[in-house]
Amino acid sequence: MESRYGAERATEAVSRPVATLSAARAPAVRPLDLIGIVLVLAVAIALPFGLSAFRVFQFTQVLIYAIALLGLNMLTGFNGQISLGHGAFYAIGAYTTAIMIDRWNIGYAWTIPVAGILCLVVGFLFGRPALRLEGLYLALATFALALAIPQILKYFEHWTGGSQGIVLSKPKPPLGLRLNEDQWLYFFTLAITIILFVLAWNLLRGRVGRAIVAIRDNHIAAEAMGVDSALYKSAVFGVSAAYTGIAGALSALAVAFVAPDTYNVFLSITFLTGIVIGGLATISGAVFGALFIQFIPNWAQDISKAAPWAIFGLFLIGFMYVMPRGIAGFFRVAWIRMTRPAVARGRPR
Amino acid sequence: MDIFVQQVVSGLATGGIYASLALALVMIYQATDVVNFAQGEMAMFSTYLAWTFLQAGMPYWVAFCCTVIVAFVGGLVIERVVIRPVENAPILSIVIVTLGLLVILNSTAGWIYSYIQKPFPSPFPSKPIRIGNIVFGAHDLGAIGVTLVVLALLFAFFRYTTLGLAMRAAAQNPASSRLCGIRVSWMLALGWGLAAAFGSVAGIMVAPVVFLDPNMMVGIQLYAFAAATVGGFTSPLGAVVGGLLVGVTENLVGTYVSFIGTELKLTVALAMIIVVLLVRPSGLFGRTVVRRV
Repeated sequence: MESRYGAERATEAVSRPVATLSAARAPAVRPLDLIGIVLVLAVAIALPFGLSAFRVFQFTQVLIYAIALLGLNMLTGFNGQISLGHGAFYAIGAYTTAIMIDRWNIGYAWTIPVAGILCLVVGFLFGRPALRLEGLYLALATFALALAIPQILKYFEHWTGGSQGIVLSKPKPPLGLRLNEDQWLYFFTLAITIILFVLAWNLLRGRVGRAIVAIRDNHIAAEAMGVDSALYKSAVFGVSAAYTGIAGALSALAVAFVAPDTYNVFLSITFLTGIVIGGLATISGAVFGALFIQFIPNWAQDISKAAPWAIFGLFLIGFMYVMPRGIAGFFRVAWIRMTRPAVARGRPR
Repeated sequence: MDIFVQQVVSGLATGGIYASLALALVMIYQATDVVNFAQGEMAMFSTYLAWTFLQAGMPYWVAFCCTVIVAFVGGLVIERVVIRPVENAPILSIVIVTLGLLVILNSTAGWIYSYIQKPFPSPFPSKPIRIGNIVFGAHDLGAIGVTLVVLALLFAFFRYTTLGLAMRAAAQNPASSRLCGIRVSWMLALGWGLAAAFGSVAGIMVAPVVFLDPNMMVGIQLYAFAAATVGGFTSPLGAVVGGLLVGVTENLVGTYVSFIGTELKLTVALAMIIVVLLVRPSGLFGRTVVRRV
């Protein structure tokens, strides 16, 4: 699905821009990939029928995370702009939905595009000044945003309900569908996830995608080729924020509750962990990352309250050392080694 | 007017703490071009160590010195073990590794010491000091004093010792320093050690005010970031001035601008960072880094 060599670029930026450009040209879906996608979709559709309501909720959460991670990966993995503050956009999306439903009684489905558009605008506007902030400074500014967002949410108590947050009710399935609330929300989320993944794949595989990656690898060269770096960077920031905002909006529906302290700095670090583990600059990595950040903490929670974070930290550092391309990159390389021994003898680059 | 002076002094006290942490950040940034997102958590962890030493019955200043030494060794080891492998990696990898360090330290502290807030003793008398109508917290004045002493020591170290000179040389021009026989990579590790030691002093000084808990440094680190940004990441003097400026601004804004109060304190730091980066990205004292492409 993703450009074949995308992942390694993110960690070895600048080194081989030429290879990236040609790799990003890899056009439509290959037959094997198609089989894989159909299989995954089949599993995804069958999944909610055999599981308990809680498990279904967990997998809904996985889909939601996948959307958020895809958004962040576009910005950080593909475009090379480090954001440590995507929890903020997640929060904006969630609160948009919560406020629209709770205060204005608007149908939940309508709130999703509104959350997306609002985050698109906010992200674009934040991306504009962020243009001047290279690398580390952008990381700093977004980190500060992530730290400040719970306070800001509490401050506008009139809208956000302060520390108490806003309680919502889960959306009911439309008439005639024999699904329970969790199953309905799962399919609703799945549909949106599929649409957003197809859109992202379409955006990243073509000319625009090449420009986005080129800016990351060497923005001066990209500009010399006629890429409007400023416009692209802020546009990517906007789109990325929109994805994460939509994910936030969906999470408000799934959890049926929003409160400021959910959206603390650790949420943003969770997202970053997700894309690193899943695979920087890959599309499928978003799914792997989402599975990881949803289920590993659950499992580690049994050991100790602090264990999930200790494990996240170890994985973050460990992956940077031994698997900088993440799970998606690992599978990709393994697949190439298996199917093309000739390539495997040399390094598969 | 009295309130104003009091607020300025207590602002200088917290500002001194921000300045220490900011200086630690700047030291590491200058030597290795890394912004250490785990700096605050390293300080927090050292403060827990100090607490352990105190619980074990050590006198305050002995525990203080032990903590600083352990923190120094800890910083050195972290550089050798964790940072070294990604020394030449792109910024993203380094940011991710320091963030990993942040969550590991934070959760380990929570694991060992639990997330319950603990009181932390101050070595200074609890009775406030009065000068005329103005009341000063003794701990505030003490914290300013300790910060000044440590700053002076650090300045003397870098200015008057051969080792300090070698460290400055290694940061400024690694290639030439290596030719002069300076072990550059060890100088960097030493820099991390010093930064960690420095951070631990900040942690111990701030703990009586904010109480000891694993998240105590998160907000303070943000202010240290703001301080380093205001002063300029390339200037140690800037970090100190920036820290004091940020501390005083924070206090004055909290007292006099009613709609901000204490509720939007972190947002003030965010605004400061963004404004400085937009208006003068190199900070007040920093120099603009010119890169050849």
